[in-house]
Amino acid sequence: MFSNLRTLWEVFLHAFRPRVTVQYPEQKAYLSARYRGRIILARDPDGGERCVACYLCAVACPVDCIALQAAEDSTGRRYPEFFRINFSRCIYCGYCEEACPTYAIQLTPDVEMSEYQRQNMVYEKEDLLISGPGKYPGYNFWRVSGVQIGGKAKGEGERESPPVDLHSLLP
Amino acid sequence: MLTHLQSPHPLWSLLGVLFFALNLAAGLIWVERRLLALWQDRYGPNRVGPFGLLQVLADMIKIFSKEDWIPPFADRWPFVFAPAVVVATVLLAFAVVPFASGIVVADLNIGLLFFLAMSSLGVYSVVIGGWSSANKYALLGSLRAAAQMLSYEVFMGLAVMGTVILAGSFSLGAIVEAQARTIWFIVPQFLGFILFLIAGIAETRRLPLDLPEAESELVAGFHSEYSGMKFGMFFVGEYLGVTLISCLITVLFLGGWLGPGLPGLIWFLIKMMGFICFFILLRAALPRPRFDQLMAWGWKLMLPLSLANLLVTGAIVLAVR
Repeated sequence: MFSNLRTLWEVFLHAFRPRVTVQYPEQKAYLSARYRGRIILARDPDGGERCVACYLCAVACPVDCIALQAAEDSTGRRYPEFFRINFSRCIYCGYCEEACPTYAIQLTPDVEMSEYQRQNMVYEKEDLLISGPGKYPGYNFWRVSGVQIGGKAKGEGERESPPVDLHSLLP
Repeated sequence: MLTHLQSPHPLWSLLGVLFFALNLAAGLIWVERRLLALWQDRYGPNRVGPFGLLQVLADMIKIFSKEDWIPPFADRWPFVFAPAVVVATVLLAFAVVPFASGIVVADLNIGLLFFLAMSSLGVYSVVIGGWSSANKYALLGSLRAAAQMLSYEVFMGLAVMGTVILAGSFSLGAIVEAQARTIWFIVPQFLGFILFLIAGIAETRRLPLDLPEAESELVAGFHSEYSGMKFGMFFVGEYLGVTLISCLITVLFLGGWLGPGLPGLIWFLIKMMGFICFFILLRAALPRPRFDQLMAWGWKLMLPLSLANLLVTGAIVLAVR
């Protein structure tokens, strides 16, 4: 009996506590930098596309919402001819980001992407590409990789030694 | 003594009470949601209109435009009839409530008995509704409702007999006038007040004693199969019941419209709203007992207590005279 009265009193005191509700359209909830929201495609620090169209994100995607087509430019750089994410299927699991070898595909803390037309949930490459490097500012895949492209021969990458000459005995 | 209680315009009283009771029942939906939210550190409905007041209107539009579905296996006419009974009986019981000196639809000299009779009739609504749904959960709910309301009815009637002995009348107006001459009956009849309060919660099937519609056990209890405005009628009936019990507690134990300064009607409404808020606080705070606990309390604790209260009150009144 006493514990019931005490419960009543303590519940009544909750009237003077601060509210926990976030009044959404006016107040925004804090989303951490790691939040898995809208997917973007990042660029290199010097402005080139990071995506090398390796298809790993499309393979990793459990709901098959990523579609792309690889292509190669005149300098030998691979890039996606089109890159399409169907956000009405996407479950924001982040596996694409984990699979990506070049930090190109990233999930961002943005969730406000409602649409009236289902068709508008399909984002094309120009919708996905952003101007900056996203969460990894200094990284440039083509600079550190050992792949030979136009303007960069083998062994010219950052932290890379020249290739060993197999036909020479000199150290 | 009762002459000046006769209302000069009975029709206006009738319309006023109807308007007041039905609007209050609708408004209580908003009040309850806001208060529950207040005690759960939330805001509650605050978007539609000022302070979310028009939420009720939106809910009404919604519930009226819902499909009014009668299950093919249900017993059709009792199924349709049952929700009307609960609202009708509670509204009839409002007729004897004196809101202020002279503002009463019918100041019956057996007003209290009339109220008890009407609240007993209300049981039929729940029982018929649950039975005609032909659904096992609805049936279980209505069985519980029948058992609960019949057993709590017993000591509800006995609990108020103390005030009747003190006032010497069954008329609610006369009971308030008796409190004007002596003292509010909550002081000499504190035990009766507590018993009547508990019986009132059980009678209106409010939490924590909402076993007939216990969501966690019986889906929605006796109104599992109801939808649309038929469900709405049960809902309105419940809120009307809460208002009615609050009115009765005010009249029987807290001196009705009596109070210093303000007009009588205002005093009545303040006391009544206080008890409605208390009912909602009970809902926010207390868990639901088991059904056998409910029955055991009713018969083994409440009934002897109310009988003792009645005997002691009667003995003291006899000794003083």
